[in-house]
Amino acid sequence: MYVTIRDRPADGIGPTAGKVSATVLLLGTVSLLTDVSSEMVASVLPLYLTAAVGLSPVAYGFLDGVYQGVSAFLRIAGGYAGDRGGQPKWVAVVGYGASAISRIAMLAATGFAAITAVVTADRLGKGLRTAPRDALIAEASDPAMLGRAFGVHRALDTIGAALGPLVAFALLWSVPGSYDSIFVVSFAFAVVGVAVLVLFVPNLRTTAPSARTGLRRVLREVGGRRLRRPLIAAGLLGLLTVGDGFLYLALQERDDVAAVYFPLLYVGTNIAYLALAVPMGRLADRFGRARVLVAGHGALLACYLLGALPSGGPGLTLAVLLLLGVFYAATDGVLPALVSRLVPAETRGSGIAAAQTVVVLARFASSLTFGVLWAVRGPAVSLLLFAAFLVVAIGVAAWMLRGAEAAR
Amino acid sequence: MSLRNRVAVLVTVLIVAVAGAGAYVWNVRRDQARTVAAAPPVPPGADLATVRAEPHLVFRSTALGAGYGKVAVVPLTAPDGPRTLTPASCERVYATAADAICLSAERGLVTTYQARLLDPSWAPVRDLPLTGIPSRARLSRDGTLAATTTFVFGDSYANPGQFSTRTVVTRVDGEVVGDIEKFTLTVDGRVVTSVDKNLWGVTFLDGDRFYATAASGARTWLVEGSLSARAVTALHDDVECPSLSPDRTRVAFKKHGDLPAGRWRLAVYDLRTGAETLLAETRSIDDQVEWLDDRTVVYGLPRETAGTASSDVWRVSADGTGRPQLLIHDAWSPAVVRGEEGS
Repeated sequence: MYVTIRDRPADGIGPTAGKVSATVLLLGTVSLLTDVSSEMVASVLPLYLTAAVGLSPVAYGFLDGVYQGVSAFLRIAGGYAGDRGGQPKWVAVVGYGASAISRIAMLAATGFAAITAVVTADRLGKGLRTAPRDALIAEASDPAMLGRAFGVHRALDTIGAALGPLVAFALLWSVPGSYDSIFVVSFAFAVVGVAVLVLFVPNLRTTAPSARTGLRRVLREVGGRRLRRPLIAAGLLGLLTVGDGFLYLALQERDDVAAVYFPLLYVGTNIAYLALAVPMGRLADRFGRARVLVAGHGALLACYLLGALPSGGPGLTLAVLLLLGVFYAATDGVLPALVSRLVPAETRGSGIAAAQTVVVLARFASSLTFGVLWAVRGPAVSLLLFAAFLVVAIGVAAWMLRGAEAAR
Repeated sequence: MSLRNRVAVLVTVLIVAVAGAGAYVWNVRRDQARTVAAAPPVPPGADLATVRAEPHLVFRSTALGAGYGKVAVVPLTAPDGPRTLTPASCERVYATAADAICLSAERGLVTTYQARLLDPSWAPVRDLPLTGIPSRARLSRDGTLAATTTFVFGDSYANPGQFSTRTVVTRVDGEVVGDIEKFTLTVDGRVVTSVDKNLWGVTFLDGDRFYATAASGARTWLVEGSLSARAVTALHDDVECPSLSPDRTRVAFKKHGDLPAGRWRLAVYDLRTGAETLLAETRSIDDQVEWLDDRTVVYGLPRETAGTASSDVWRVSADGTGRPQLLIHDAWSPAVVRGEEGS
């Protein structure tokens, strides 16, 4: 018996009909708990490494760069593994479990190599679990409300990300300097998250128990006609999506308020994202996911233009944060919502993974390019150049994605 | 499993997690309280003005108890003797006879950091611009110039593990001389413009010239710079966090060499002969060292014991001989104030 009943509203029409499935809420809860856990550690990691372990931030920067490629690879592997066995839940459990174990391993890890290994294990867990989890969300949701379902999940996820640093702060206030306490409490949050996942999230099968989705089938679907255009469009847009760290750096170069409150900029974007994830999801369900996805990049375009202005101010900085929130709300959950409708249920995890990997890799390449451009031309010119290309890319993507959903 | 059983299991997991984590934290808290209670009371040193009048060491006291994190001073004649606490709390401190610079963290939902200039009575004079995690702080000998290095993090899913330092030189009257990262960097006659260029760890020669670390790619250099010319030139390879000797002839620094990532060895570079000498300290040091006198350097070192947030200040001979010796227990970020030199 499952606590979750896949609620499919009788008519399935209209954004207000029916509710988001309990499975989505449960997965959101799992993500919330896991994000409290991971953001607790992430928020103190720079301080822990530099203050308690004695690594210099140079080494920390290296640490942060370690996992990029491997994580992208594992994302695909996770999506495929979920499809192949037809049991995405258990792949997700492995991913969440790996992250949970990495918390408690921080207690024992003191050297540079050990901490690198532990941090990498955490990122790998994240890479592994994302696609199968999103496949579960898609499987559990009414196709007409996918945008909203992903919006609800991302909002819960972001609440966790906002709570994590708060919990870490309270702990460090109560037991000063005890990073071990942070790791232990973080582990506790992660374990409860895994328990909710294991005990309550239904093992929704995406294939018949006997059937195994082969690699060839997955390749055919992912490379197939229906997914090809969205993947190329997402990749094209990703190539012009500058990491938000660069935008924050651009803001703080010309605005003293942004410089002093640099760490708060992430919080600002998160709050905007949190508030807008569900409305954007609903908007996507109503007016088309591809449309909202492309329009979201308009908000990013506005960020570039505002960031390139010669002088700033608190109002402008706030506007950029809000627009970044709009951008993430219109893309992060909407992309899997779009993709999961374009592939059959049996290859959904792989399809979502492929789209997310394309975006991650394209954004990675974009950040590298932008970094070089920044060095040669400075932030303003670089942002304007990227803005110009983004205008073109938005046009091309809109053209490529026209009727993407009607193709079903 | 029935719903009832699953709820029961979840409740059990929840109770175990909450109780386990709670007990752990409570235990740490009790241990900390016990250690604080059991810690020998830090014997109060002589009156602050008396210690300040003679050559002395200024440092961050990490002795457990009420004075944790406070700036303390000890006379050079009795460095590990009773310490005199000042009212200032700093993560990193540097001082001259004329003033002191204090980098402090304000922990909150998002930790923010301050750089404050303090007068000889340790009262704040003004805030200096600061962004990110404070790392290094230095004053010129006459106390009129201040340099702070902080780490500004770019942290995003798509950003390649970038870090970015900001090293700002300020006059103590508040005038910002500039972000030395924007100074022209010349290595072997060529100007370096690459994106990952970083400069940090300033040590002042006089009112205009200074030494610092420049980095690009995997390489670091000792650079000599001029504030008026807004330019720095590389002198020597593989040098981080230089510190100029009192007689201005040598620079002590940390050298990465072929050590594993995140480990450094202390060395001294002779500016006259270009000779490099490895010091007898073989443990990895991540600190901008300070000169006790023309023959000895001092530096902070986190204590090896796991779970402690304490550290000690050590000394070692600057000519590569001898063995490191513990100079001050429970101390960090040492600064030596010899008197009215340079003013």
